Amino acid sequence: MSNLLTVSPSPHVHSSDSTQKIMYRVVFAMIPAMAWGIYMFGFDAIRVGLISIISCLAFEYLIQKYLMKVKPSITDGSALITGVLLAFNVPSNLPWWIIIIGAIAAMGIGKLSFGGLGANIFNPAIVGRVFLLISFPAQMTTWPATNAMAVDGVSAATPLALIKEGIKNGTPVSQIEGLPQLSDMAIGFNHGSLGEISAILLILGGLYMLWKKVITWQIPASIILTVALVSGIFWLIDSEIYVNPLYHILTGGLMLGAIFMATDMVTSPMTGKGQIIFGVGIGLITISIRMFGAYPEGISFAILIMNAFVPLINMYIKPKRFGGQK
Amino acid sequence: MLKTFKLGGVHPPENKLSKDKTIEVLPLPKTVFIPVAQHIGAPSTPLVKRGDEVKVGQIIAKSSSFVSTNIHSSVSGKVKKVDFSADSSGYPKQGIFIDVKGDEWVEGIDRSKDLDKDISIEGSDIIRKIQDAGIVGLGGATFPTHVKLVPPKGMKADVLLINGVECEPYLTSDHRLMLEKPDEILVGIQLLMKAMNVDKAVIGIENNKPDAIILLNKKCKSYNGISVQSLKVQYPQGGEKQLINAVTGKEVPSGGLPIAVGAVVSNVGTAFAVYEAIQKNKPLIERVVTITGKGVEKPSNFMVRVGTATSELVEAAGGLPENTGKIISGGPMMGRAIRTMDVPVTKGTSGILLMKEEEANRKEVKACIRCSRCTTVCPMGLEPFLLMTLGEKQIFDRAEGEKIMDCIECGSCSYTCPSNRPLLDYIRFGKGKVGAIMRSRKK
Repeated sequence: MSNLLTVSPSPHVHSSDSTQKIMYRVVFAMIPAMAWGIYMFGFDAIRVGLISIISCLAFEYLIQKYLMKVKPSITDGSALITGVLLAFNVPSNLPWWIIIIGAIAAMGIGKLSFGGLGANIFNPAIVGRVFLLISFPAQMTTWPATNAMAVDGVSAATPLALIKEGIKNGTPVSQIEGLPQLSDMAIGFNHGSLGEISAILLILGGLYMLWKKVITWQIPASIILTVALVSGIFWLIDSEIYVNPLYHILTGGLMLGAIFMATDMVTSPMTGKGQIIFGVGIGLITISIRMFGAYPEGISFAILIMNAFVPLINMYIKPKRFGGQK
Repeated sequence: MLKTFKLGGVHPPENKLSKDKTIEVLPLPKTVFIPVAQHIGAPSTPLVKRGDEVKVGQIIAKSSSFVSTNIHSSVSGKVKKVDFSADSSGYPKQGIFIDVKGDEWVEGIDRSKDLDKDISIEGSDIIRKIQDAGIVGLGGATFPTHVKLVPPKGMKADVLLINGVECEPYLTSDHRLMLEKPDEILVGIQLLMKAMNVDKAVIGIENNKPDAIILLNKKCKSYNGISVQSLKVQYPQGGEKQLINAVTGKEVPSGGLPIAVGAVVSNVGTAFAVYEAIQKNKPLIERVVTITGKGVEKPSNFMVRVGTATSELVEAAGGLPENTGKIISGGPMMGRAIRTMDVPVTKGTSGILLMKEEEANRKEVKACIRCSRCTTVCPMGLEPFLLMTLGEKQIFDRAEGEKIMDCIECGSCSYTCPSNRPLLDYIRFGKGKVGAIMRSRKK
């Protein structure tokens, strides 16, 4: 025998899965929503997407290489996901420099300050989005008109903003003008951030991820059901002040948040039971902000807040042990 | 209906390359090295010294306590020396080197192939003969069988489970034995039932071995109280606690023995060895070993004398492939990588697996992304990612609280981790430390 034998502890075989494959499956699942964004917002969507992706990858590389002095890991796909998600969460007419600031916040504050992939407590893309929402409220809430509903470059408000404004002014829900049809909102003929407008295509991506076991059903289902249940109860009590729960489910990034952002493995609980607690918490905070808070939109804040509870949830919600006499 | 255990599990590629190869008798080696510790428990005490002539079946090392067992010579010839050499653990272990001369057996061993179904022998005599014959669990755990058959005070077994699962990829020794010696196995099971005084036995077989399920199902009709349960293919179903859970639905309590839920588990190979010991008066001196691997010219199943060097098996299977990077004693999930082919086949060796250079090395370790797959696949409902961290950071009191000692070291967590993290390595380290702390507390 010329070569020495390798000796290592068992197991000696490994599944063919890898972190990188998981990440690229997520990216693949986002393609339909991305394509719809490009169809609806045109070249601007490509511009925002490219700036966001390139700057996220660049900041990950530069910070890892020169500040952290570790081997850059930009090929693992996680920075790519953050780039796409950040683009999904902003209006397509956002100036290029604001996107870059968002990318710094997402990668620098949200991810690498905690130590990089796997160590971050908060979802980096949402850190970026919330940072921008607080710093540049005007630019972040001015949405362009979409191609399909072009009204000569007039900017438009999202359905949730219309509802919030209307209710604040005392207009009954049935008389608020400009609310899109529910079917249009489901398909995506709607105003909003780049990647959040088509509920159906987001669900399609979610089903793909469920099939590939990238996500579990618990988080999206518990968020969506909680929002539907709470808003449904209020709607049944008074449909003039509270809007049909389907509006809450189909608009304002709820699908995007529930399917693609709350399900981020790093920042969500490990057990199914914990994931349901996490999802219900996100649902309750989201609907509270939407109905009673200052912002028309709440899922980003809700996810960030619940992200902070994940270590606590993991500490107390344990999987069912084999042979545990309880 | 297909049953399986309820928590976790993985399904690695089966790669049962040698499943259609009938068991061949491996030619006698020129020399053997028979370790005196081939079982769980106290090592046996050597009874021979340099220059002694021994025969096949002669006791050469004696059981040194209740949880220990006799070792018999597997060959005839002259004792070369009693010395230390590496076994599959990699550590030098005491053992007896014998130069083989002829094939002379001790008196009284029936070497005929005739089936002997007469089981009029007393239960206590069965246990005594099993103890004398040096029989241990042949599934790999090598726990002395006679100890299992005597339940602790106040406990009573009501079912005997026979492990024909063979959930490790590549291995086919149990599968072939079930196909080629079904009646012997069934008689062996009846002997074990009689020894334990139970009237029910279930053979668990995964449904990737339909031929064995059909054959044993047909045969067991003529044996009272024995039935076959087909199981869904799921690793680690051959684990004692998992098999009990799959067949009976019961859970062995944390830290408890199978007898706590009234079950005793034995391997099909053990049942065959019991048959030979009682009906043929033949001690445990040989076993079926699978020699396999993707680069192996002739993957095969051999009847091998205990103490035969791994190199003999490799030669018989067509020689060592050029690009061999790792040799494993056992299966790929729980087997041990050996560093030299001098390592002997022992009572617990179910297979030898040769892995190619490109399969031999682990992949680069990446950061944990908390995907929770390790938790999902853990058959004991543990959190391997957490136990690994607690082991790594040496937080042993918390590791104990998180049930690190429940880990059965099946390796499903490390197998499935997309970041290639060495989960089981650190858990084993933690288990060792926690176990020592718990023992010192008892004193």
